[in-house]
Amino acid sequence: MSEGSRHRIFSKLHAATRQTTAPVSQSPGLPIKTYSQKEKIEKLKTLMEAMRTEVHITGAENWIDTVEDVLKIREVKRLLYAPRTEIGKMLEHQWEGAAGDPPQLIPYKKDVEQMKEMVFNVDAGITSAAGAIAETGALILWPSDKEPRLMSIVPPLHIAILKADTIHNSLSEVMQKENWPANMPTNVVLVSGPSKTADIEMTLAFGVHGPKELIVLILED
Amino acid sequence: MDQYPEKPQKVYYFGTCLVDMIYPEAGMAGIKLLQQEGVKVIFPPDQTCCGQPAYNSGFPDEARAVAAKQIELFPEKYPIVVPSGSCAGMMRHHYPKLFADDPNIDYIKKFSERIFELSEFLVHVLNIKLQDCGDPIKVTWHSSCHALREMRTTEDSKSLIRQLKNVDLIELQHENECCGFGGTFAVKQPAISAAMVKDKTDDIRQTGAARLITGDCGCLMNISGAMQHDNIRTGGQHLAEFIWERINDKPSPA
Amino acid sequence: MTNHHPLDFDKNVSRALNDAQLIKNIKSAMATLVFKRKTIFSDAAETEQLRTLGNALKKKALSKLPQLLEQLEEKCTQNGIQVHWAETAAEANQLVLDIMKSHGATRLVKGKSMVSEEMELNAFLQKHGIEALETDLGEFIIQLNNETPAHIIVPAIHKNKDQISKIFHDNIADAPYTEDVAELTAIARKTLRQKFYQADVGLSGVNFAVAETGTLCLVENEGNGRLCTTVPKVHIALMGLEKVIEKLADLPPLLRLLIGSATGQIITTYVNMITSARREGEKDGPKEVHLIILDNGRSKIFADPRRRQTLQCIRCGTCLSHCPVYNRIGGHAYGYIYPGPIGKILNPQVEGLKAAGVLASASSLCNACEEVCPVKIQIPDLIRRIRNESYSKDPNCTIEGYGYKRNLVEILTWKVWEKINTHPLINAAGLKILSILGIKLPKIGPLKYWTRYRITPELSKKSLHELVKQHGVDHE
Repeated sequence: MSEGSRHRIFSKLHAATRQTTAPVSQSPGLPIKTYSQKEKIEKLKTLMEAMRTEVHITGAENWIDTVEDVLKIREVKRLLYAPRTEIGKMLEHQWEGAAGDPPQLIPYKKDVEQMKEMVFNVDAGITSAAGAIAETGALILWPSDKEPRLMSIVPPLHIAILKADTIHNSLSEVMQKENWPANMPTNVVLVSGPSKTADIEMTLAFGVHGPKELIVLILED
Repeated sequence: MDQYPEKPQKVYYFGTCLVDMIYPEAGMAGIKLLQQEGVKVIFPPDQTCCGQPAYNSGFPDEARAVAAKQIELFPEKYPIVVPSGSCAGMMRHHYPKLFADDPNIDYIKKFSERIFELSEFLVHVLNIKLQDCGDPIKVTWHSSCHALREMRTTEDSKSLIRQLKNVDLIELQHENECCGFGGTFAVKQPAISAAMVKDKTDDIRQTGAARLITGDCGCLMNISGAMQHDNIRTGGQHLAEFIWERINDKPSPA
Repeated sequence: MTNHHPLDFDKNVSRALNDAQLIKNIKSAMATLVFKRKTIFSDAAETEQLRTLGNALKKKALSKLPQLLEQLEEKCTQNGIQVHWAETAAEANQLVLDIMKSHGATRLVKGKSMVSEEMELNAFLQKHGIEALETDLGEFIIQLNNETPAHIIVPAIHKNKDQISKIFHDNIADAPYTEDVAELTAIARKTLRQKFYQADVGLSGVNFAVAETGTLCLVENEGNGRLCTTVPKVHIALMGLEKVIEKLADLPPLLRLLIGSATGQIITTYVNMITSARREGEKDGPKEVHLIILDNGRSKIFADPRRRQTLQCIRCGTCLSHCPVYNRIGGHAYGYIYPGPIGKILNPQVEGLKAAGVLASASSLCNACEEVCPVKIQIPDLIRRIRNESYSKDPNCTIEGYGYKRNLVEILTWKVWEKINTHPLINAAGLKILSILGIKLPKIGPLKYWTRYRITPELSKKSLHELVKQHGVDHE
């Protein structure tokens, strides 16, 4: 059925473009605004905080301490993490020697078909961020076989670890620099804050379906 | 408007059909203001209508016939001044579309470039300076949609009012909203149009203004017609007539 | 797109204008959206540049539409996304049903998709025993109340808190009555979480489909879109064929325009780019992704070079928010899924003039829509085009149903108007006679409607022509 429709649709479209080949003027793209490293961090933080993200700037050495504090305040019992990522390994290592009653680390190492109930019942998920965009205040999440997609959307709390030197000026810039067209993964997500809606009388409400809270740690070297 | 011409010796005046039939004092006031600034005004007597009513109502051929007639009447290269943003917009921005397939399109485009709405001409070409002789008065301003969005002369009009030192201009809360005239819209969708003009008159009332000033007679007829129907005492007046009255401390020349 | 019931626009308008609560809700919400848009696009020069760019990018894509669609299909297929083509809404519905059936699936969770509304997908699936559940909060609310969306971006905006509280309380088991927005939101979250978990198939729309990479781009604030397109084993994406753009690099300005215009944000909470189904080694994501590309009248619009710009629309909804008519009658009065200015030009072109041509009369041609359209569609010109073809018998007309409005009264009226205005002596004579006799224009025809709300305009005793002569103004 689809084949016949496809043929008919294309016949109509081709017929129309044969008749009209109006030259389309090339419009120049918009200039990319550039910020200094300091400005990038500041702009990202400001924009994300305006979207109710909690932003911490920490050192590359002690970010896990910040994570522990954040989890403690919220009485998180189970934290979903990706064991094969750099941050996952660092977490495992630090957790081993942890005193007191730290949250249980839940490794996302099986297929979702076997992990679904767990994924939907953890209190928090922690992922890396592949980068961020200063101009619009958004993280770039680049899920992979190492870091599954659901980690950053199902748990009510999402913690993202971002290296300060991976903050780009704009989406256009990072697409160019990293040659995205040649490297598109299954899924790329830009995230600018916790889930929200204004569907009821234009009143802002948070945590509709996605995480109620987003915490970003910006790691300065 | 990007470029305005130098002050000319002569201008044409296109009165518009509503001014001709219902608000001729406003039309005359516009002419007097131009003459006062030392410009000779030429009024081709065979002029009638810019064609917009038919153009907007689904009758482009009839609109074209009437528009073509008007174009013939202004053969010299003088600027053509129009006391209406709506009609000026029609002649300036829509004639090129109406005549897009016409062999004379180049001539018509040049014609369109000579069209100016009265306020912008007074402000940018004649650099008019107004001395207010009248008593203190509160007024409010309404722009036709085409003055606002096509001709973009709203600020020019308001700047003229602001030159009058005893006139207190109170802005409408929803100044940029359509009054609901829309030509035949008012009779094709009368209930929606009525809802729009009611909001406009409510807005006018809340300003406490004694008078509603506008540069377009379609809007004027619509809004003041509604105000009178509802026994609202605020008067409505065309900008040209209002200015003439203020600088001469007497009613317009009619 | 076959419709439902014949459109009784006058009745709809009357009903809407008499619903004070509806108008209050709509006006308040639209004022917020208008303000937010103005704030995010506060730099006039930059905004103008951006809109010009948006217009150019969409025009570019439309100029190569068949090639880009072919490229999109090729790339998607390479990446493992199955591409299907539907000429009509009925075909598209059947395709969705077939995919569901092939998996023995009975539970569908839906992200917001205007195309699916166009298709009336939910009703179709329900007839076949499939639960199609809306997960976008606004869509969820109206689904509970058995309504269609009232606005392209905020579907339940015609309802206020009290009304929504009642809808929840009446339709959701164990839901306490509350008017607190945070609590209402929490109820929705809880109710839908189970549904995401259990769903067999997830459905979404597509904001932009990138031909260069075969990428489907979706924007949202709630997260339900990500859940619908990631949790279930199967993801079905629906798009109108005009949604394809050429390059990934075209996305950033178009996203800025769409999001700024729709919600007044610099970016939505989530921008989701999907290029394939679950790849080797990945732990989650749908194992099957389907893309259904829908025509449903778009190719007809495409065929006319001057009407083609209708397809530039990126469904931001800002024309609705700025429209003085929409602000007074709300979305449902228009009778079709797409209301407001875009609806006034789209519906007559898709449904034909007889069915939907009346919508083109519901405009004062104020140009507020054109002023804000992010891709610079000349909406008022298209409204005039629709009006022209409604009255024309010229066989060169291209919209179905042209000439449907032809009637002797209007044709004669404008012919007479033309004669009077091309014969200045007749014009002058006529006016003079009327004013000498002091005849008040009779309250018939259009004047009947005019005088319901305004006084009859009075012809002046002396026309401007006469005053000009009297004052000795020159003529050459």
